[in-house]
Amino acid sequence: MLVGLAAYAVLAGADFGAGFWELAGGRSEHARDQRDLAHHAMGPVWEANHVWLIFVLVVCWTAYPVAFGSITSTLAVPLFIAGIGIILRGTAYALRSGTTTAREQRRVEVAVAGSSILTPFALGTVVGGIASGRVPVGNAAGNLVTSWLNPTSIMLGVLAVATAAYLAAVYLAADAVRVGRGDLERDFRARALGTAVVAGGAALAGLVVLRFDARPIWDGLTSGAGLAAVVVSALGGIGTVVFVLRRRYEPARVTAAVAVAAIVAGWGLAQRPQFLPGLTIDQAAAGRSTLVSLLVSLALGAVVLVPSLAFLFTLVLRGRFDESAEPPAAEPEPGSARASRRLLPVAAVCLVAGAAVTALVDSAWGRVVGIPLLFASIVLAFLAIAPALSAVAAHEDDLP
Amino acid sequence: MRSMQLLLAAVGGASSAFGVPDQDDLFQARQMQALSFAAHIPLVCFGVAFPAFVVFVEWLHLRTGDPVYRVLARRWSKVMLALFAVGVVTGTILSFELGLLWPNFMATFGAVFGLGFAIEGISFFVEAIFIAIYVYGWDRLPPRAHLLTGVPVVLAGFAGSLMVIAVNGWMNHPSGFRLEDGRAVDVHPFAALFGNGYFWHELVHMYLAAYIVAGFLTASVYAWALLRGRDSRYNRTALVVPLTAAVLAAPVQVIVGDWAARDVAKSQPVKLAALEGLAKTEKGAPEHILGWFDGREVKYGIAVPRLLSLLAFHDPNATVSGLETVPPDERPPVNVVRFAFQTMVGIGSAFALLGVASGVAWFRLRRLPRSRWFYRAVVAAGPLSVVALLAGWTTTEVGRQPWIVYRVMRTEAAVTGAGGIPVGYATLALVYAGLAVAVAWLLRRLARAPLEVAHPR
Repeated sequence: MLVGLAAYAVLAGADFGAGFWELAGGRSEHARDQRDLAHHAMGPVWEANHVWLIFVLVVCWTAYPVAFGSITSTLAVPLFIAGIGIILRGTAYALRSGTTTAREQRRVEVAVAGSSILTPFALGTVVGGIASGRVPVGNAAGNLVTSWLNPTSIMLGVLAVATAAYLAAVYLAADAVRVGRGDLERDFRARALGTAVVAGGAALAGLVVLRFDARPIWDGLTSGAGLAAVVVSALGGIGTVVFVLRRRYEPARVTAAVAVAAIVAGWGLAQRPQFLPGLTIDQAAAGRSTLVSLLVSLALGAVVLVPSLAFLFTLVLRGRFDESAEPPAAEPEPGSARASRRLLPVAAVCLVAGAAVTALVDSAWGRVVGIPLLFASIVLAFLAIAPALSAVAAHEDDLP
Repeated sequence: MRSMQLLLAAVGGASSAFGVPDQDDLFQARQMQALSFAAHIPLVCFGVAFPAFVVFVEWLHLRTGDPVYRVLARRWSKVMLALFAVGVVTGTILSFELGLLWPNFMATFGAVFGLGFAIEGISFFVEAIFIAIYVYGWDRLPPRAHLLTGVPVVLAGFAGSLMVIAVNGWMNHPSGFRLEDGRAVDVHPFAALFGNGYFWHELVHMYLAAYIVAGFLTASVYAWALLRGRDSRYNRTALVVPLTAAVLAAPVQVIVGDWAARDVAKSQPVKLAALEGLAKTEKGAPEHILGWFDGREVKYGIAVPRLLSLLAFHDPNATVSGLETVPPDERPPVNVVRFAFQTMVGIGSAFALLGVASGVAWFRLRRLPRSRWFYRAVVAAGPLSVVALLAGWTTTEVGRQPWIVYRVMRTEAAVTGAGGIPVGYATLALVYAGLAVAVAWLLRRLARAPLEVAHPR
């Protein structure tokens, strides 16, 4: 689950940051170019990145059901706000493809940017509520307001927004280099450095807040593995600044991601072994068979997902989706539009047999045989009729 | 795990992890959930079925080289992406709401059925990845490779619906665990989700419904255009493909629906009694069409003797259990369920007739019919298909009440103890109204954009 959370923080964080930058800049042509870059950068990937959040949710409720129920009932308000932010963002994103005038586009961008601030802030306050031990076990057992409006929560909300902006600036500077826009690169470079300072400052200020508001987390972060994570995060942050100063963006992408992932890991390590007050992670975990099933499923899923994700990110990062990319030259040889009429009698036989078996044989075997026959009849009939009819429709000249 | 048991014993009541909460706004919580489903399910249909149409049209282009197919597939792929994006956010809201509104349900049974959503998350992930590659990959990938990147989208749509419906099947027919002091123990998630004979009819019924809804809705747009005189090869082609899928699926849906009804009769006799407004257990029970259930019998309906027994058990003399078999507080609201059921069956039967008529027309003409009434029927079929879809889900979900997990956990025990549900409900209703306007605006915009000229060869 922490892996999913870290991935969401790094990838979706960058998306939210890109959304944040869509707000920045004025009405000038140059500012619009900046925003277009931000939009194009997250275009192909935001949905895939967003899925990490879903992952965190489903793994949490499957593996830690009691903790999940306690968290969602006590922290209902910020989670609802985050949900509304996600609706706004997804919708505004979809709308942008339909905008034509600059004014429409601007309106949509404001919505994207607003929700890009709202959502990470709300999610940050959720983490703060959990980290500072304000979520007791039970159905809405905690305070509905102070559980997320407290020093730790607000600090983590601000940190989440700053981190998102910082990650996005680093990534966008790298993207600007790839598409050969030196002017945009300078802008995002300056922003990356500026937000690095802000995010670093917020992280340091956060540590102080934790010292007074969430002592167990402070203790965890200043000793053992938690301390190691903090050090890694600090090194990653400093490394990123160095790389950005030297305009070496590819390693900067990696170190920036490491810095953010280490914060998440550090939180997890510092929280250990407590999940919620009085509930350790071991106690919160579901039974063994559930965990094994979940892990097996996720492992099998990873076999499909990892190559798919690698394929997507390779295409994106190599610039295959950029406007300037060369279209492939090869066009296929047009085949013949011959209709496969022979399929129809087969489809009819499947339909009759499937209907008879499904309706009359009242057993599992009746279904196993009948339903595939029915599906086969639909598919075969479709393949027989649709191409022929489309071909006719495409050449017909005498319709109402 | 010993301390876990003590802990849960301390906070839990007899039937759940957290005990029965004090919640005055249960009905609004249910409405909020229902609103979210009603917004999401039509989008799901497009997520499941529409990619198949797009890929099929692109395949036609590769096979024939006709540029019309390519223009159409490109245009549709933009619609597909936009609707998928809206589906993603409405789906996220649903997963938030499971926790926000029903924390006790999740806390008690998350370990049993959560796996289904985890696998759904994976298939949804695959769908998101390949939709992005497909839509952004036009002209960037070799044509055949591009077509192939559409295939995982179609498969993932099926896998995702399988998982979600497995969870719903489990809620209607729970198994794979034992309850001990309000906790689910002895949990076997795979057996609970997939060893459950009950969910298959729901899956097949919903999968066909997805093709019917996406098919008729898409076709109705182009039938409207043709009726308004915007006759073009593009519009006719765009009408034919989804319409063929929908009219082929519609008659088969009737057969599957009969199977579903028999499964309900076996596993959820009270739901069946509510669907039909059957108060007393009867041998050779009649079926009432239309009418109103007044608490004891159906008034003003057309009674067909023995038909219910025949339909539910394929035996005109079979005994059908009535509502009286359970105490009044374990019965669903009969008229809501019954009205929804009759709406679904009525529309579904009309679709089956339209399907048969279209088949006959195709056999005789081998081209599109010319009658304006045919196009009017298709235009009407689009919105009606959504009505039937929502009515069907109302039937199964309201018919399950008052249980959230059938005969295991009551809905009022599952709800959150937090206040403010009316505020959340009002906010969400406003946001979704805005969302509907935004989507309508976007689809009009996409439809009005000039068609892209085919790529120069």
